Amino acid sequence: MIDFDRVTITYSDAPAPVLRDVNLHIDEGELCLVVGRTGAGKSTLLGAVNGLVPHFTGGTLEGRVTVERRDTASFPPRELADVVGVVGQDPLAGFVTDTVEEELAYGMEQLAVPAPVMRKRVEETLDLLGLADLRYRALHELSGGQQQRVAIGAVLTPHPRVLVLDEPTSALDPTAAEEVLAAITRLVHDLGVTVLLAEHRLERVVQYADRVIHLAGDGTVTDGAPASMFATSTVAPPVVELGRLAGWSPLPLSVRDARRVAAPLRESIARAQPVVARARASAAAPLLRARNVIVRYGDVVAVRGIDLDLGADEVTALMGRNGSGKSSLLWAMQGSGKRQSGLVQVDGKDPKNLSARAARALVGLVPQTPADLLYLETVAAELEQADVESHGARSVPAREILDRLASGIPDDVHPRDLSEGQRLALVLALQLRAAPPVVLLDEPTRGLDYNAKRSLIRIVHELAAEGRAVVISTHDVEFVAAAADRVVVLADGDIVADGPTADVVVASPAYAPQVSKILAPSRFLTVEQVVIALDRAAS
Amino acid sequence: MTTVTRAYAVSDSRRVPRTLHPVAWWVWALGLAVAVNRTTNPLLLLLVLAVVGFVVANRRTEAPWARAFKYYLALAVVVIGLRVVFRSVFGSGVALGDHIMFRLPSIATPSWYSGVRLGGPVSLEATLSAAADGLRLGTLICCIGAANALANPKRALRVLPGALYELGVAVVVSISVAPQLVESVQRVARARRLRAGRSKGLRALRSVAIPVLEDALERSLLLAAAMDSRGYGRAGPATRASRRITAALMVTGMLGLCAGAYGLLDGTAPRYLGLPAILAGAALCCAGLVLGGRRVTRSHYRPDPWRAPEWIVAGCGITTAVLLYASTRLSAADLNPTFSPLHFPALPIVPTIAILFAAVAGFAAPPPRHPHRPDSREYTSRRPEVADGTLEPDPARAPVPA
Repeated sequence: MIDFDRVTITYSDAPAPVLRDVNLHIDEGELCLVVGRTGAGKSTLLGAVNGLVPHFTGGTLEGRVTVERRDTASFPPRELADVVGVVGQDPLAGFVTDTVEEELAYGMEQLAVPAPVMRKRVEETLDLLGLADLRYRALHELSGGQQQRVAIGAVLTPHPRVLVLDEPTSALDPTAAEEVLAAITRLVHDLGVTVLLAEHRLERVVQYADRVIHLAGDGTVTDGAPASMFATSTVAPPVVELGRLAGWSPLPLSVRDARRVAAPLRESIARAQPVVARARASAAAPLLRARNVIVRYGDVVAVRGIDLDLGADEVTALMGRNGSGKSSLLWAMQGSGKRQSGLVQVDGKDPKNLSARAARALVGLVPQTPADLLYLETVAAELEQADVESHGARSVPAREILDRLASGIPDDVHPRDLSEGQRLALVLALQLRAAPPVVLLDEPTRGLDYNAKRSLIRIVHELAAEGRAVVISTHDVEFVAAAADRVVVLADGDIVADGPTADVVVASPAYAPQVSKILAPSRFLTVEQVVIALDRAAS
Repeated sequence: MTTVTRAYAVSDSRRVPRTLHPVAWWVWALGLAVAVNRTTNPLLLLLVLAVVGFVVANRRTEAPWARAFKYYLALAVVVIGLRVVFRSVFGSGVALGDHIMFRLPSIATPSWYSGVRLGGPVSLEATLSAAADGLRLGTLICCIGAANALANPKRALRVLPGALYELGVAVVVSISVAPQLVESVQRVARARRLRAGRSKGLRALRSVAIPVLEDALERSLLLAAAMDSRGYGRAGPATRASRRITAALMVTGMLGLCAGAYGLLDGTAPRYLGLPAILAGAALCCAGLVLGGRRVTRSHYRPDPWRAPEWIVAGCGITTAVLLYASTRLSAADLNPTFSPLHFPALPIVPTIAILFAAVAGFAAPPPRHPHRPDSREYTSRRPEVADGTLEPDPARAPVPA
């Protein structure tokens, strides 16, 4: 089906090739998971399948990539459209038309599929992906999960034999992500489509994979059965880490398989109490006090009268569906966003009534797209600018803050060329330069791999230990289990749950981390907790 | 009136909702626009406005572009106002016996510029004729606005010939990018407050412009990659030779058109450069389009059908235009009445009937489909509640007779 024959891909101005001497053979109907750290070349590998690399991105490709015996060297992406369907991270960015039905038909129109066939296939695809009720709706008013399903449907209608998905669930909440992944696995089983899938949050997909393609980061690519590949891979979901820790063989990949072999482990830690992720000072008076905050946009009420106290040395995770009011609440608490009524007090002052500079010194916010705050050519210029902006704040220079958050970011790099994690660290450093006691992070985990998330957890814990209140809005349950002391769940602008992480997270299956599902009824959330418990039992 | 609307509503509820072919609406609207061009009679113009308003109110959807009609109306009012104000300020003199309403302070212009007068007396006659003139332009704008409100602009672009498909796509993409750009500007402007940067001057502009432009560039690259991998711009079976012939035909055709236009406009140019060159150029361009269209391998999903309602709607517009043209000789004075001496304009019979005829489109076109209410189930289930507050027994739930 797909063959990589000694493929080496080098981008122009890059010192070393992204992929080196890759040999791959993917059979019909396989679901292949592409794993590796950020920057290891996952997108390059996926792009090479339909010729976007190098036809669209530039660079040189040595060797030969063939899909259904068509060589991508002589077939550009548009000539492979009938064989390969590509879905990206942001479905909205790839939409060409404006309603669901037209979007589903667009690819077929390009391939000159006859009108009656088109009509039939659109109906089939609407049913296959559960989109029938949405057929006349405008694309931009759909939810994230619905948009991603439309994007998948739109590439499915020309009946491609290969589906390439580059992190299709990275912007989705847990339930919407399940919805999309369920659709993908159904396609594999019902239609026998070959799927190549890259995904950061592996815990959701490993169990469905037939094969894992691992990118080590130095250009080498290895592939094999999931259980054997994950025994040594650089990235691994919690279920695999737990399996490695407990020495289970073969390595279980789903919660179900792990539970079945986990009985002895459960026994051995049954009496142990899970240690809390970090020791905290007892709560004093809250740093930020929000009362009856209401945010509305026209007829839409985004936040309906929320009361929230944020204490010093506390990491709070804000969870909830896409569109449940998380961002609106964060922006309202910072003072820069809309707030129809209600009260927010930090240090006896309402950030909304203060100047931008004073508000910033009370509450720092890192928005969902951190790049919105960056407009200079180099990292050094941005840092200097931050020093000027926060002149007089009691804090060290921005460069020192950045080095503490993420060491080794050179001065002369353009901020756009940084990785997601580095860019996040840069913007966080700019915001911390004003020394705010309250720090809000709006979906910082988007696009971060396991290592970047681990360093974000370290950063967040350090910020809290300095006596700050930290709020993180995120969809990533595993991250929440490891990072947060407290979880607040929003639904439709209301708080539906608020309490210690262990209580809230375990209560619902959608929000429960894998470790807790495997080890229930013990209330362990992370692999680290299990490690500590085992150590204590041994000594 | 109530009986009329009710009868009409009943007939409407029986018809299957669908969207009319966009070209039919455009032909109808352009026909009306041509008719409007023939007259300055304010009564006729107001009648056209009434007809346009009726049809738009009756047959538009709830789509965003359909809500734009009121902006065209506002634009028309502005046009009339401007016309009157200009006429008053740059007064063109007062004839004997005109009714002077008021006098603006007059500014003396130098002798070498005596053709233009500023201020001075403002007569009722001049104001009325300016208003009628403005009304004509305003009505013209409303006709175009009606076409935009009734026909989805994107669907209208789909009827372009195959060779111009790329052009249509470019327009469609730019239409959908505009709101994204606005959203991106708002987002970045809001984010700027988080950094408390300078709020004025070049640096502030830069701090908004740079992220917005980078965002736009990134999005357009993503869109281009998505379109490419979905088969946009497939070469199809065209050979290199046929592509070259198409290009050559188009270029020489365009040259012919340019030369012809020059020849027609410049009196000193040789004769053969005028009409013959334009005709030859047009013919070459058409040949190029046909040849280029032949290489296009694309199909249309659910193309809008052209059936009886389309013929009627387009026919209404054309009939109105033709009738008004024909009646120009019959009742020239009534079509373009003068306001001096002051008198109430008459309503000529034939043009009135012609314009009223255009309103038939409001009934002839099928009712539009609501994007959020895909089928009629919701209408029928709601109707009993609206009618008298009681629900009809649901046949599905009715107990099965034993």
